[in-house]
Amino acid sequence: MSTAVAVALLLGVLAFAVARPWRLPEAAAAVPAAAVVVAAGLVPWPAAAHELALLGPTVGFLAAILVLAHLADAEGVFGYAGAAAARYSGGSPRRLLAIVFVIAAVVTAILSLDATVVLLTPVVFATASTIGARPKPHVYACTHLANSASLLLPVSNLTNLLALAATGLGFLTFAGLMALPWLAVIAVEYLIFRWFFADDLATPARRRTPAPVRAPRFALAVLAVTLAGFAASEPLGIHPAWVALAGALVLAGRRLLRRPAGLGGNGRSREVWSLLKAANPAFCAFVFALGIVVLAVSRSGFGALVDRLVPHHADLPGLLAMAALAAVLANLLNNLPATLMLVPPVAHSPGLVLAVLLGVNIGPNLTYVGSLATLLWRQVLHAHDHAPATGEFLRLGAVTVPACLVVAVAALWLGLRVFGMS
Amino acid sequence: MKILVWLAEGTWEACVDAARDLLDGQVTLLHVIDESLAAAIAAPPTALLGRGTPPATTDLLAAAQQALLDAGAARLGRPAARLPRHGRPEREVVAASADADVLVLARDGDRSRLGPRSLGHATRFVVDHAPCQVLLVWPDQPPALTTVPPPPPNGPAGR
Repeated sequence: MSTAVAVALLLGVLAFAVARPWRLPEAAAAVPAAAVVVAAGLVPWPAAAHELALLGPTVGFLAAILVLAHLADAEGVFGYAGAAAARYSGGSPRRLLAIVFVIAAVVTAILSLDATVVLLTPVVFATASTIGARPKPHVYACTHLANSASLLLPVSNLTNLLALAATGLGFLTFAGLMALPWLAVIAVEYLIFRWFFADDLATPARRRTPAPVRAPRFALAVLAVTLAGFAASEPLGIHPAWVALAGALVLAGRRLLRRPAGLGGNGRSREVWSLLKAANPAFCAFVFALGIVVLAVSRSGFGALVDRLVPHHADLPGLLAMAALAAVLANLLNNLPATLMLVPPVAHSPGLVLAVLLGVNIGPNLTYVGSLATLLWRQVLHAHDHAPATGEFLRLGAVTVPACLVVAVAALWLGLRVFGMS
Repeated sequence: MKILVWLAEGTWEACVDAARDLLDGQVTLLHVIDESLAAAIAAPPTALLGRGTPPATTDLLAAAQQALLDAGAARLGRPAARLPRHGRPEREVVAASADADVLVLARDGDRSRLGPRSLGHATRFVVDHAPCQVLLVWPDQPPALTTVPPPPPNGPAGR
């Protein structure tokens, strides 16, 4: 009975997040659901409090990264990246694709997939238009790499942060183990894109020299120092969230100080408001609430089922099975609940946790709009819209996801052996 | 003569030039926003669950379409009707050709290996199904005679 209630609540929360009736934030359903879960005793209060304490630094870290990405955009980092890509492409769609791959992989790794989806994708579209290239391969590269290139650092994806909180893995160990899978996945995606979009990429190069854009040196320097700070913070015993916050504060402080005096406090208060909006408090509440609801599901009979399904050894077949299971669950539900559900049963084994992340990060490219459930809900809810033209994207996903999963698992297995962790 | 010119990124200049220099009649410039591209830009991928909706980017696509049609009209140098469309490009183009006497489009696809499969799939579909005459132009220089492969040893030419 409690299993049914918990699962129904989770499905309700996810359905609401996709449908978003009256444009309400996702937290509007998730927070009451979490309250119901605790009130009904599905999760005892101490366990809920423990979960919240566990999620706190994670959510704070993500909020700081979101603000950092917003500030980088406001300082012109993405516009600069687009202009540089246009210039160095020499008008060639193929070379532009290679440059977009590098930029999207780096942006996703450092500023999280949100930055790639929301901030970089429109810039890449505009860049492709500027040089007269067909924008589809480049735009698809952004949406694909936002998922599959989010393996490298804990900050790249919320799933990584959630997993990191549940295991003892450090920032540097994580990056070290994930570097090889990250590179392997990007290489596989690139080769498949070159083949899949050969038609679009074959249009002739048109050499245009776009006007040079001044590099936002200060913002780029702050991002570089922040990245170095992530690596340095761990030996110093500082949570990397503080480093991200410091980077965001430096950029925000400079922006506020440089506001023209004539605009006065009004311009500044608008700036502060936009920063608060970028931190997305409703989303932070959603993650906390989702954590509680998923905890209820994990504690129920469903969790026991998951426990039986997960492999117990971080050998090659175990890693492969774990990644495949995570990819399937990410496509059935969504990658956030999949992570919250799969990580605790394997938290004892870093290899298996990382395999979960390979699955939940690469897997979503299979159905793109999200999970299968998202796709169905979307079709039901937006039947009056254009029929979603997902055929091409599904075919691309069907080719890339299995290939990426296999090479990523192989690379992870290799990394674990090199680090002596398997 | 009613001339429909399909403008696609990367190859449209050659189509406008052909309509201007080779044909005489009333020109309509057509561009199609690929709906799957629009979906890829607008729809939040799965992993963004919980972050609300990304800013609407359909204006971005419409603005680029407008700019392309303007550039086409400027290059043509004479009055032309404009037909901005949104959907699956190959099907929209075929549907729009119903009123035309001739459709001008450019080859796309890999020109380094000329042969039966060297047309891009959208171009191939339009060439096969367009309900009017079709003028297929090279986006850059037409290939040299040397790209013709030697005749197969047992083919009719070898006999």
